[in-house]
Amino acid sequence: MVNCCILTGYGINADRELADAFVRAGAETASIHVQDLIENARLLDSFHILAFPGGFSFGDHLGSGKVLANLFRRNLKEDLDRFVASGKAVIGICNGFQALVKMGLLPNLAGNWEQEVSLVHNDHGLFEDRWVPLVFPSDSNSLWTKGLKETELPIRNGEGRFVVRSGDISRGLRDKGLVAVQYRKNPNGSLEDIAGISDPSGRILGLMPHPEAFIRAEEHPSWNQREPSPHEPSGLSLIKNGVLYAADRFGV
Amino acid sequence: MRIELTYKKPELDGRISRTRRELSAAGMNAPASLQIVDVYLIEGIDLDPPVYRRIFQDPVVQDFFFDLPACGAGENEKWNWAVEVSWKPGVTDQTALTAREAVAAEMPGKMLPETAVLQTARQYLIYDDSTEKMEIEAFARALFNPLIQRAEIISVHDWDKGKRFPRIYPHTLAESPKEIERIDVASMDIEELDELSRSRLLALSSDEMRAIRAYYQNTETRNERSKTGIGRQATDVELEMLAQTWSEHCKHKIFQAYIDYQEGDHRQTIDSLFRTYISATTDAVSEQAPYIRSVFHDNSGVIDFDSDHLICFKAETHNSPSALDPYGGAITGIVGVNRDILGTGKGAKPIFNTNVLCFGPPDLPREEMPEGLMHPRRIMEGVHRGIIDGGNQSGIPVVAGGFLFDESYLGKPLVFCGTGGIMPASIGGESSWIKHIDPGDMAIMLGGRIGKDGIHGATFSSLALDEASPVSAVQIGDPITQKKMIDFLLEARDRGLYKGITDNGAGGLSSSLGEMAEEAGGIRIYLDRCPLKYPGLAPWEILVSESQERMSLSVAPEKLESFLELARRRDVEATVVGEFTDSEQVEVFYSDQLVGALSLQFLHHGLPRMQLKARWKPPKRNHESVPQGSPADYRRWTLDLLSQPNIASKERLVRQYDHEVQGQSVTGPFAGKKSTGPSDGAVIRPLSGSRRGAVISHGIAPRYGDIDTYAMAACSVDEALRAIVAGGGDPDQVSALDNFCWPDPVESPDNPDGSYKLAQLVRAARGLFDSCVDYGIPLISGKDSMKNDAVTGNKKISVRPTLLISMIGIIEDVCKSVSTDFKQEGDIIYLIGETGEDLGGSSLEALHQSCYAQVPVPRPNQAMETYRSLHAAMQKGLISSAHDLADGGLAVALAESCIGGENGCKIDIEHVPGNGGRTTEKKLSTSAVLFSETPSRLLVSLPPNQEEEFIEVLGNQATRLGTVESGQTLQVDRDGTEVMSLCLEEARQSFDKPRGDVW
Repeated sequence: MVNCCILTGYGINADRELADAFVRAGAETASIHVQDLIENARLLDSFHILAFPGGFSFGDHLGSGKVLANLFRRNLKEDLDRFVASGKAVIGICNGFQALVKMGLLPNLAGNWEQEVSLVHNDHGLFEDRWVPLVFPSDSNSLWTKGLKETELPIRNGEGRFVVRSGDISRGLRDKGLVAVQYRKNPNGSLEDIAGISDPSGRILGLMPHPEAFIRAEEHPSWNQREPSPHEPSGLSLIKNGVLYAADRFGV
Repeated sequence: MRIELTYKKPELDGRISRTRRELSAAGMNAPASLQIVDVYLIEGIDLDPPVYRRIFQDPVVQDFFFDLPACGAGENEKWNWAVEVSWKPGVTDQTALTAREAVAAEMPGKMLPETAVLQTARQYLIYDDSTEKMEIEAFARALFNPLIQRAEIISVHDWDKGKRFPRIYPHTLAESPKEIERIDVASMDIEELDELSRSRLLALSSDEMRAIRAYYQNTETRNERSKTGIGRQATDVELEMLAQTWSEHCKHKIFQAYIDYQEGDHRQTIDSLFRTYISATTDAVSEQAPYIRSVFHDNSGVIDFDSDHLICFKAETHNSPSALDPYGGAITGIVGVNRDILGTGKGAKPIFNTNVLCFGPPDLPREEMPEGLMHPRRIMEGVHRGIIDGGNQSGIPVVAGGFLFDESYLGKPLVFCGTGGIMPASIGGESSWIKHIDPGDMAIMLGGRIGKDGIHGATFSSLALDEASPVSAVQIGDPITQKKMIDFLLEARDRGLYKGITDNGAGGLSSSLGEMAEEAGGIRIYLDRCPLKYPGLAPWEILVSESQERMSLSVAPEKLESFLELARRRDVEATVVGEFTDSEQVEVFYSDQLVGALSLQFLHHGLPRMQLKARWKPPKRNHESVPQGSPADYRRWTLDLLSQPNIASKERLVRQYDHEVQGQSVTGPFAGKKSTGPSDGAVIRPLSGSRRGAVISHGIAPRYGDIDTYAMAACSVDEALRAIVAGGGDPDQVSALDNFCWPDPVESPDNPDGSYKLAQLVRAARGLFDSCVDYGIPLISGKDSMKNDAVTGNKKISVRPTLLISMIGIIEDVCKSVSTDFKQEGDIIYLIGETGEDLGGSSLEALHQSCYAQVPVPRPNQAMETYRSLHAAMQKGLISSAHDLADGGLAVALAESCIGGENGCKIDIEHVPGNGGRTTEKKLSTSAVLFSETPSRLLVSLPPNQEEEFIEVLGNQATRLGTVESGQTLQVDRDGTEVMSLCLEEARQSFDKPRGDVW
């Protein structure tokens, strides 16, 4: 069975529902405290997927995801490199995305964990919880968004505005098909409506919207309008993509 | 040393637009251009600049300045003023706490030197050459709170002459004397006792001081004290402990008092309002409510959720602190009530927050503001931000609540914070709601450290607020420290590492350990072992400090090592601060010396009960007759009501709360196709594997109390219950919390109408009892706050007596819940319940600034029958929408259901039944049908093909009004003649009117 590591601790707070989503998608999960992983990085070996859930790690006091990102850079860089190089998959949602970006693992165009993009305060300056329409660009290299076209998912953040270091980076993202999720209507001033990106391998995905918040029909805010949709909730489809990939890749 | 960070492009700093809004909330014009510099001030830490750069800088968007002022660099040189806001010594600086952690992670051994100082500040660079010195000072005042922060201002002129901001701000507090003060209470006369109470801020009455004197005079006490060597005089530690334990806040003295109550010729003595009306309610309905597990005595009320899980629920208020520091007060309120859940039974996990926030009118002209008070918009801005951070950063969704505006809240805002939690029904083979504290157990303090913050909080909240109120009463919660503690505790709980737990709230260790000691039979506390934020606390201050994010636990000696080891691994500080005994004493030590010894019996049961007077006479009001209008009037009134702050859409405010984290949301705060309609309450599904859910709602109606608080209480219960039913909850499985916020009800020369206010309290408690018993609703927890008066100059502003009912109900299958919006053209609209001419205390009355006669009173038996039928119809899936009728009556509910559904409607109100029953001859006035606030009514819609079955279930409790229309008009006729017509767009605009303008 596909085994997924759900990180917890230090203010991560959307771990339980993410674990639930992976279980519904057919994986096994274990919640691992960041501190336990730092003390014993070998723990990672038994997992096929590493998930950075949403939350407010370290209160976002020094910038969203910043302190968590530094913890990983300092303590787990090689282990994470090894994990990714062996074909395993990583997902970071909301605060998890912010942490991946700030540690330099996303998009990692140069391959050296240098921070190339960032997520900053929304242009309106507020935290906002809102379901937004999203599109998944067809040229995306992400294994996570394969086959998905469009959906609605909630954004729940104060620092979701996607920016890049330079024009080269945004060209790189476009040319390599790393733009994985886009807003249909830009809610926060994100560059090119970008809501999520992947790394050049397509195995690491980071996104601000919460796929784990839409794994049952009745989680959608207008679920009780008359016609129930025949489709599987798209958040679950996204998580399933990751699980199916890992099952296939590792024959589990 | 100073580290400064700015955004390379100011337009990337979204906080600037927020700052502009804060300025406008303070009535200021924002300057032409503004830039923010984040400042870290560091002393006693030696790291290389690149390390600091890695810790603090976002290299993609920020410039980093190491010991070099950002405002002196390139682009930034055109500023005119620089304002730097920093924290006063001893105030919790959340960012600095995280920064210390982040810096420590880079140090050898991951430890900061003892002498390390790390502060933060925020600098505002103002680009506006027209701004004068005066203006800049006013501007600065809008950006900081002088109680907890300080601001330095430098003009570009002074800057050029070499003036700079400090390299470090003052960071030490005056040290308190560590010597124990001994007071000869036994030989004091009453004047001296009163003076002692006043000067030490004990907030104890003459009777209470007398009881304390008697204790020290008692021969047994004297013998005991001479044996232990503590001496016959009282120590400051003992007096402070007594004052905290006996505070109104902790002991609810008014609810426990003997009350001489008179109403006309009828006179009676009420032996404790709590026993007579509150706990009596639960006793009376306990047979109907077998789901009750633990009520009143723990930190929250506990009920069954399903056979394997319990839910607990609690609401608190944090009014006085929020009046002083709105942000700190609110965030402390929310993280504080979270700890109540964590401290219930063996410890529950917080799964949702609620909040009801009451402020003065947000649109009050500034010139009408009483001297010395903060404008409601500013208080609201701070409180709202506190609730946002408190919930969001803890990962606990805000699922339900509301905003209430009334001029009586100008002096003190009311900040009700509630939390619900879940725990397995059984932990370690025992019911989870039972905790153990046994002699021999270790007493542990967990979480944050102790500082001078919040000293005298419990006694302070029992006093009226005036200009001299102490600033030490302010605390600022740090949700992230607490979140780490929550995660650790749940892990420790499931591994059975501790036996008992309670939170540190009002009164600090004095209250938490004092309460736990009662369970064990005694305790020894070692104050010098308690970890402090900084040196210089007097022993008594350590005992009563209300520093946040702390829990107290009992741990068996054999589990101690494992407990402490796990705490270390989770970066949560845990310290053995004492041990539980069976000595029947609280013994307090400092540096091996006994500094306090009180008998448990006296501490917890020695408080004399108050004797109070309550006199009820119906208030004199000059009643006007309810106006009947033209169709144009009704249209105008409806639109005006929709744009009233109390009714209008709060979407902009509520979207800033994370209402979905933890993945349980079924019905959120908004309803309809584009989530533009309001919901009546929340539906959540706490367990991912089950469709069983909880429905959460509120009822609050302070204006009805102008006429009669009995009706107010009864209507509040009904309001909460019908919202539960509207959401799909089973009316026979609900539980309620009562939170009373009253103006001072104790008569005195300063408070001549105290006996009337107490009579209002008696009648409210009675209304609560009667209606809950009739509905079969147990009260499972509650709280009261009794001094909600503010004195400014010579004027006293007292809150309207306010009772908040928070309710939680069970829904067997969350997929059977419905929302408030009309779903589809052709659906049939029904009104459930009967209507009276109940416009006294109504929103229409407030709008017209009038005084109407009749206050609504529910009829619980009839209402319950209706609710059960409606619930049955919902269980059968017959209904498409349900919305309760509340503020603004039918007209407002109808508009809201249309706004959410984005459709129109056509109804005829001719057959709306009066509540004299269907046979009544007297016809209801059109004003009453449209705007009356008679309780127990709901507006529902359903598809035509289910109408027949619906009628079978509801019988004559439902009245057919008309249909949902695809057109964009809300058409209301009476017997075929138009009485009101408005278009959806204008309703929507009115409903959204305060957005941007008022909030």
